[in-house]
Amino acid sequence: MVESMHLIDLNGISKDFDGTRVLNNIDLYIRKKEFVTLLGPSGCGKTTTLRIIAGFEYPSEGKVLFEGKDITDVPPYKRKVNTIFQKYALFPHLNVQDNIAFGLKIAKVPRDEIKRRVDRMLDLVNLQGYGKRSVDALSGGQQQRVAIARALVNEPEVLLLDEPLGALDLKLRKEMQLELKNMQQRLGITFLYVTHDQEEALTMSDTVVVMRDGVILQIGSPKKIYDEPANAFVADFIGESNILRGRMVRDELVHFSGYDFPCVDSGFGENTPVDVVVRPEDIMIVGEDIGQICGTVQSVLFKGVHYEMMIDTGETTFKVHSTIMQPQDSRVGLSIVPYNIHIMKATDDPLAEPANEGGEE
Amino acid sequence: MKRFFQRSYLTLVLLFLYLPILVLIVQSFNAGKSRAKWEGLSLKWYGALLQDQAIMKALYVTLTVAVIAAVAATVLGTLAAIGIHAMKKRPQSVMMTITNLPMTMPDIVTGISLMILFTFSRIERGYVTMLLAHITFNTPYVILSVLPKLKQMNKHTYEAALDLGATPTYSLFHVILPEISPGVVTGALLAFTLSLDDFVISYFTTSPMVQNLSTLIYSKARIGIEPTLNALSALMFLALLVLLLIVNHRSSEPQKAAKAAKSI
Amino acid sequence: MNRGLLLPSWTLWALGAGFVLFVALCVLAVRKNHGMKRSFFASPYTVWMVVFTLIPCVLIGYYALTDAQGAFTLDNFANFWDSNHTVNRMYKDMGPEMSVLIQRGTVNIDILIYSTWMALLCTVICLFMGYPAAYFMTDRQMKQGSTIVVLFIIPMWMNFLLRTVAWMTLLEDQGLINQILRALGFSGAHLMYNNGAVLLGMVYNFLPFMVFPIYTSLNKMDRKLLEAAQDLGANPVRTFSRVTFPLSLPGVISGITMVFMPSVTTFFIPRILGGGNTMMFGDLIENKFLTENNWGVGSALSLVMMVLILLSLSVLRKADPEGEGGGLV
Repeated sequence: MVESMHLIDLNGISKDFDGTRVLNNIDLYIRKKEFVTLLGPSGCGKTTTLRIIAGFEYPSEGKVLFEGKDITDVPPYKRKVNTIFQKYALFPHLNVQDNIAFGLKIAKVPRDEIKRRVDRMLDLVNLQGYGKRSVDALSGGQQQRVAIARALVNEPEVLLLDEPLGALDLKLRKEMQLELKNMQQRLGITFLYVTHDQEEALTMSDTVVVMRDGVILQIGSPKKIYDEPANAFVADFIGESNILRGRMVRDELVHFSGYDFPCVDSGFGENTPVDVVVRPEDIMIVGEDIGQICGTVQSVLFKGVHYEMMIDTGETTFKVHSTIMQPQDSRVGLSIVPYNIHIMKATDDPLAEPANEGGEE
Repeated sequence: MKRFFQRSYLTLVLLFLYLPILVLIVQSFNAGKSRAKWEGLSLKWYGALLQDQAIMKALYVTLTVAVIAAVAATVLGTLAAIGIHAMKKRPQSVMMTITNLPMTMPDIVTGISLMILFTFSRIERGYVTMLLAHITFNTPYVILSVLPKLKQMNKHTYEAALDLGATPTYSLFHVILPEISPGVVTGALLAFTLSLDDFVISYFTTSPMVQNLSTLIYSKARIGIEPTLNALSALMFLALLVLLLIVNHRSSEPQKAAKAAKSI
Repeated sequence: MNRGLLLPSWTLWALGAGFVLFVALCVLAVRKNHGMKRSFFASPYTVWMVVFTLIPCVLIGYYALTDAQGAFTLDNFANFWDSNHTVNRMYKDMGPEMSVLIQRGTVNIDILIYSTWMALLCTVICLFMGYPAAYFMTDRQMKQGSTIVVLFIIPMWMNFLLRTVAWMTLLEDQGLINQILRALGFSGAHLMYNNGAVLLGMVYNFLPFMVFPIYTSLNKMDRKLLEAAQDLGANPVRTFSRVTFPLSLPGVISGITMVFMPSVTTFFIPRILGGGNTMMFGDLIENKFLTENNWGVGSALSLVMMVLILLSLSVLRKADPEGEGGGLV
């Protein structure tokens, strides 16, 4: 599906706003037909990166290449990329079909072809018969579809999407995620998607780029990012985790929470301090006698699919997800299989704050 | 009871505001020339209007100055508003201070400062200087009518146009202007009426050879106003009333109408 | 007044052509510049304001601080405090008040106090007349509120000089009011050419400027706040004094500014309705420039007036820090 040729290259991009550095030396490439997501908390620089690619911002340093050619100085209206804005930015004085036809009219496409392509787009986004409506009369979801149609009708090489689903409610959001992914695969367009919603990123992308404070923390497939987070911040930002300070006893044996756990990582060196990440669903609740460690159930919350239990082992409190409920105050054993223990080099910085959701940078 | 009191109070206040206007309109139909005596209904002052060279000339000056000043102020002010809106915080606040300055300055100081400028640079006062003065005091009002519309605009709309291949000039005319047009129209109307009604600034920036209606009325106020001027005012009042009704119809909100009608 | 640059008469047209060229260049620059610098659009306006607002203000300062030879002096301000020698023949034929002032030799400062006093009176009257009007207009039962706003606007569409002159018809000795009074058997009264008539003219002209901002701020107030106040046990009087009035304060302040400023500087109303018996600060400035041709003192007086207004504005701004004034602009 994804071709190997680089479509967009960011080489050493930095950006300063009034003396504050919002992007620091970003290197990133995007391949043809790839679905890349920039993921991170607000203020991490993901939207700025997108706007630099769209041409709305100039990088303070670095170059933007498009198919190998430097486009850093090319104005936005001459770039073969189109953007879907956070709040859609539809033209309120134009109706739905004139909004969609905007780019084609500028490109001086013949009138009958404009009509044909607009109609095809209305079909694609399921808005048949809405052509003459005023955009103000549409619901949020419909406006979103018009915005998509308005961008896609120009057959861009790359579609940039800046938190496009942020204003929709949960159910609509899930539907649109699927639809967007389908569209991307069907049309074979490269998508660069910006979001702070890790679930959205993991569901839709081929490649996820996790950013924080203007630097890229990790680039990888959703699975890789989830299973092998590069550091505690990524681990915490992607899904829920128990993040603990530990120490490598030797290769394939790590000490944390008062117990030496067998693991699969090696090469850290004996007695090296490390960060240990264990996903709540990877901790098994077993009988008190056969667990690697024991603890008391402090609280139980029903979360729909599973129960979330906080289990206190005396040294640590683990968050555990399980479909079987353990009563509060009961003693249980806990066991973790070696490959579910993720070990990362300890970071000096105090463990990452949970990312705050929502908002815009 | 409460309602009756409220209504009678408002009626009295409105009566206070309308009394002189009624007197003025009645006088314009008075056959005699005296202010106080009623000598029968007549339309002769309306007839005399067209014969009066001074009044017709003043009317011409007033209207042309108002139209040209309104158009120039609208172009200048709309461009300025777009520019100010795009500025960063500090230059923006400097520009807003400069914009508020002439509105804070009393008319008489504005008029005198412009008179000093023209005399200082040896420019003879007359039609052009009055026009320049009118553009100067109108433009800030246009800016203040347009800026709120720009602020309401989705900040990405302009970028969306560029993104879809529109040049900045194309975006300006096809995206930004249509969206802020209500503010531009309000600003233009405001400028037109302010210019039409201005006395103090015109008084200081023109010569006695070039008079607009306000300065003409002022020069005759002490000697006695001829009923022809009353007739003209009644006609202009009527014309503006019709204009107001149209504007009010366009935007039924009272605030907008109030804005459109007049400020300071 | 022969100071100044010697500029030929075609200067104005050359300036105009240059300005148009400048605007065109700005638009071209914006086109070339990827549209990133929309702030360029403001540059014609900036140039315009520098030429027609900032430079004139500087010129006023220049004339206020120099003598006829162009040397620095504070005499123009000294004249303001002791104006014995600036009094000339033109005040002689004015009313009794004026002759008293002339004898005391403090014409300028007394006129300033008198104008401020008149403007304050006018502002207070407008506030007490205008607030109830605005308040009644926003009453929920008053369905025609917005229509009444328009009714307040319409009179302003008639030339205000003519409207002021029309008051003469009503007030003069043989005028409508006196005729009615006599018809009712009362003796007539001198209603014109006194402070009362000037005050009436000022209130008449500036009342709408008080009503509109108050109406705007009352109108945008959340009605639920009133219900909340009542719900919390406040009676109507308390609801008004503790909730409605404080919330309408930005409008009141904006109204006070919009009435006080023009009334302290007015000069046509005292000319017409005061008949020259009273002189306000605006008249004084106009006189210095157009009659006495004394630009130095005139500029000094203008500066004093500006300072007075900026001071009162800054006091008012303090009371309304957000500056959201709720006004018309």
